[in-house]
Amino acid sequence: MGLSADRTRPARSPTRVIKASPDGIKDVTTPLSDADVESLKSGDRVRITGTLYTGRDAAHARFLPLMDEDKPLPFDVRGQIIYYTGPSPARPGMVIGSVGPTTGSRMDKYAPKLLALGLKGMMGKGSRSMEVRAALRKYKGVYFGAVGGAGAVLSRYVRKVEIVAYEDLGTEAIRRMEVEGFPAIVVNDCHGNDLYQEGMKAYAR
Amino acid sequence: MREIHVSAISDAVKKLCMDANWDLGTDMLRAFDRALTTERSPAGKQVLEMLKDNAQMARTQKIPYCQDTGFVVCFVELGQNVHITGGLLTDAINTGVSQGYTEGYLRASIVKSPFDRKNTGDNTPAVIHVDVVPGEHLKIMVMAKGGGCENRSKYKMLTPADGLDGVKDWILECIRTAGPDACPPLIAGVGVGGTFEKAAILSKKALFREIGSSNPDPAVDAIEKDVLERANRLGIGPQGYGGDTTAFAVHIVTYPCHITSLPVAVTIECHAHRHKEVTL
Ligand code: SF4
Repeated sequence: MGLSADRTRPARSPTRVIKASPDGIKDVTTPLSDADVESLKSGDRVRITGTLYTGRDAAHARFLPLMDEDKPLPFDVRGQIIYYTGPSPARPGMVIGSVGPTTGSRMDKYAPKLLALGLKGMMGKGSRSMEVRAALRKYKGVYFGAVGGAGAVLSRYVRKVEIVAYEDLGTEAIRRMEVEGFPAIVVNDCHGNDLYQEGMKAYAR
Repeated sequence: MREIHVSAISDAVKKLCMDANWDLGTDMLRAFDRALTTERSPAGKQVLEMLKDNAQMARTQKIPYCQDTGFVVCFVELGQNVHITGGLLTDAINTGVSQGYTEGYLRASIVKSPFDRKNTGDNTPAVIHVDVVPGEHLKIMVMAKGGGCENRSKYKMLTPADGLDGVKDWILECIRTAGPDACPPLIAGVGVGGTFEKAAILSKKALFREIGSSNPDPAVDAIEKDVLERANRLGIGPQGYGGDTTAFAVHIVTYPCHITSLPVAVTIECHAHRHKEVTL
């Protein structure tokens, strides 16, 4: 793999299990370990604190040749969450503009390769392919859903933003976002479950 | 003959673009409240509450309701006794879009060519439809159309034998396949009749009608209500997390059609249903 293996990672107890807080919501902190991922189930409400990397269509398209040639990506994906979003510009004095999720399926082509490199989480909206869901099981990953079209409210949870790479892509550049208590739900877990299918089954009349 | 200067058109469009993105219509806010009284799913209710909160925050802080601030689709009714001075109508509209998106901190989401995919930087150009109508007024209707839901819009050429049942099933199929990807609760704009392009344009225009209002044609109104009721039995729910509120409305506009055809276009619109209009 092109990723430098010598980069150190904060130590994580491999047995740590994420439990729900008294309000029923699970607090998730990044980076994620396999044990973290295993303790998340589809339908779990979560609050994410830590780092999210933003990336969508154009950034992923640039990852592809790098991954094919075993070259390093602009950031170390191991243990991280990629948030599929293209924020609107920040007003002066604001951290960020509106920052809701975009459709995850457009990144299906790239996701299994990133999961193989150690990416642990993805966040977006909408269904993922069977290939991506199989890769979540195989490499222990999780797909979170953020509320699409709630971009103004979601901006409240973003503390800091910096561009990491591909500034020329504008809204599609890769940004490192520090978030606190970012609300999401587990759509696809590493056990093969899918919230969309289960939800639809439960409420179809 | 009444004269309208292009600067008045640009100023109007600029304001419409900003207002559309910051200020979700009261008909949508009422739709959220109505849905909260019928939605059984706790996750669905949480989503609806968050959307209300989102609309409130967008309006008060002038942050776009959704970061995808859309493709500007502009319907213009141009009175035939109006003379536009100082330049071209389309240029005036695009100037307004550029100013609105730049000065309003709205996202630039348009690429110049579908193949090279370089961003134009100011969300221009708009998609503009002009109808020449009697009179001395200029009506401008602007919609900020989201990409995620637009990607789930569909067209089908049915046959006369497919009939009304075929049309209903097709609309429902479009809502079902849009699913969680298009940010439900959805609105389906439907154009039935005309030709291939006419049906598609009507499906957009249908979205401008007030949410919760009845179709002026009682027969078509009954069709809309039937399809909406069936859509909300699909179980998709807010954001696709499961629930009773999959769609807020189905709006149908019809047009005469050829003896061989039954064209049906369905524009899928999300809850970020952002549109404003003004008459100059
Ligand atoms: S589908 Fe609508 S609400 Fe969802 S991200 Fe796109 S514009 Fe926003």
